[in-house]
Amino acid sequence: MGRYIIRRLLQAIPLMLIISIILFALMQNMGDPVATLGGRKATRPSDRIRLTRQLGLDKPIYTQYVYWLIGNDWADIDLDGDGIAESKGHRQGVLRGDFGTSLVNRGKPATEVIWDRIPNTMLLMVASEAIIIFFAMLVGVYSALRQYTIMDNVITTLSFVGYSMPIFFIALLSMYLFSVKFKEWGLPSLPTVGMFDPQVGKTPKQVALHMILPVMSIAVISLAAYSRFIRSTMLEVMGQDYIRTARAKGLKGRYVVLVHALKNASLPIVTIVGLDLPLLLGGAIVTERIFAWPGMGRLFLDHVSRLDVPVVMGILMLIALAVIVFQIITDVTYAWLDPRIRYE
Amino acid sequence: MSTIEANVAGFAVDPTEAPPLSLGQMTWRRFLRHKMAVAGAIMIILLFLYSFGGSFLYTEDFANATDTANRLQPPSAEHLFGTDQIGRDILARTIYGGQISLIIGSAAVLLQTLVGVIIGAIAGYYGGLIDSLLMRFTEAMFNIPQLFLLIVMAKTFAGKIANVQLFGRTFSGSVVIIIVIIGLTSWMYLARIVRAEFLSLKENEFVLAAKATGTSNLQIIFRHILPNSAAPIIVSATLGIANAILSESYISFLGLGVEPPTATWGNMLDRAAGNFNLISTAPWYWITPGMFIVLTVLSINFVGDGLRDALDPRSRSV
Repeated sequence: MGRYIIRRLLQAIPLMLIISIILFALMQNMGDPVATLGGRKATRPSDRIRLTRQLGLDKPIYTQYVYWLIGNDWADIDLDGDGIAESKGHRQGVLRGDFGTSLVNRGKPATEVIWDRIPNTMLLMVASEAIIIFFAMLVGVYSALRQYTIMDNVITTLSFVGYSMPIFFIALLSMYLFSVKFKEWGLPSLPTVGMFDPQVGKTPKQVALHMILPVMSIAVISLAAYSRFIRSTMLEVMGQDYIRTARAKGLKGRYVVLVHALKNASLPIVTIVGLDLPLLLGGAIVTERIFAWPGMGRLFLDHVSRLDVPVVMGILMLIALAVIVFQIITDVTYAWLDPRIRYE
Repeated sequence: MSTIEANVAGFAVDPTEAPPLSLGQMTWRRFLRHKMAVAGAIMIILLFLYSFGGSFLYTEDFANATDTANRLQPPSAEHLFGTDQIGRDILARTIYGGQISLIIGSAAVLLQTLVGVIIGAIAGYYGGLIDSLLMRFTEAMFNIPQLFLLIVMAKTFAGKIANVQLFGRTFSGSVVIIIVIIGLTSWMYLARIVRAEFLSLKENEFVLAAKATGTSNLQIIFRHILPNSAAPIIVSATLGIANAILSESYISFLGLGVEPPTATWGNMLDRAAGNFNLISTAPWYWITPGMFIVLTVLSINFVGDGLRDALDPRSRSV
């Protein structure tokens, strides 16, 4: 097992390099970041040339990539534009944890800009994932035990509808129902925008209240897919010999379902929890945009539109890394939970 | 081929019994038994009729005509679905937006299937170094969540393609861009399926026979192996249309999609993003296009599900 994990980790290195090259190449064509540096005024041509040189954007793309990757403190660069490379660079490179400085938040390291937002996104992700797994188990087991009844068919149809909805449509609908309509009907309505009411302050209660709608929107889509998945694994397990044995021993039906069947049926959930991460993160972009949640997705959108390459690259690399690590964790956990699975 | 089969069948089977069903007939019957899939197929036909037949009722100029005196009017006899934030008729825009959304969905899937099949086939058939290189690339693309990649690519290619004249209409260059970027960010899953199919199929005797008779590699890939892996490709491509339409709506909703005045179901509701006033006071503005997206995606998903059951080689029931 140890060797397997090490091999997977080693394989992840070239993978991350390929990803970084693909993304870096795409970044170069997004536009000229210097154009937006002047704020509302257009950047003066002389400033433009100076900034391009200082940011190292005048270098060929492979040099830029190398500087991004391993830094340029070993190389002499030309800062004053006289054609002579005279000063040492200051960048340390991604491999040493330096993603460069943000162009939008002047002078702030990109890692710091991203780091500020990660807890907010994590809060959404973890809460959604917990809700998804809990309700998916409930719904999945229920419909597996009542296969082909009216309720099962209704749940099946509903999960297809949930699965087919764009996340923003769910978000808009829930906003309209729980905020606009509930207020009209005199019911307690939910807040829709931001993370807390500035008049009340950032109390846990406020954050929890503001979380309800975004978490619900993210959860609905995955919930549909998960409950279908649990339904099918549950049906498969219910047909196994050991379930028949348990029943033959005279164990109560509920005990067999909850202890023998559910324990085994919930193993494969580990795989989809791990593999669903990209979808969840993508959903976060849209929900954070709609509900003005100060997370990483919104940071990404804001900084892409202003061509802040260091921050955008940082977010993308972080996400790619998270996806890869989660895949490895998924595989390892699955093998640990299910002794029938062996990796050589 | 069919006459031989018919002869053999007539020879072996009692003439009073019905002739055996062909693979196509069996698939068709299994598909028809899946009620939701049939309902989905009918719905898709209706949606196509609505979007493309609707152009006989309203002109595109009407769909794009602004009338600021009639901003955000609720549904009425004059504007059945109401008007949007600059007074355009939402009914006419769902018709023309539907055309673009359906075209984008179908064309993106064509591109996705083409890229996925070629990469998967080459990797699976040749194996070795080519396989590892292509699969590392596929895996790399797979590990960046699609929406992030779409946003970056939309930004990369924005405004790089000029408007296209086709069928006497002007299509915004951004339509082409969206098709290309959705196609280029969604082929990875299909490539993996095709590769797996090729890995197992290439060990079969008929491939060995084809090789022995000197058939070229290209011929073996496209004439002998590919038709045998058609079923998973068809299912994946069908579901791919639903995903492509969703992707279009996401990217348009975020304001990076097809540029106005060309309507798509996605960009028809993009003003609702972060605009609570619009969400609360003019629900028809975002519910109408949203419902069209859900209806289309849902129908396609049902059809895909039905096709998966019907094309499953393990299922032998008729």
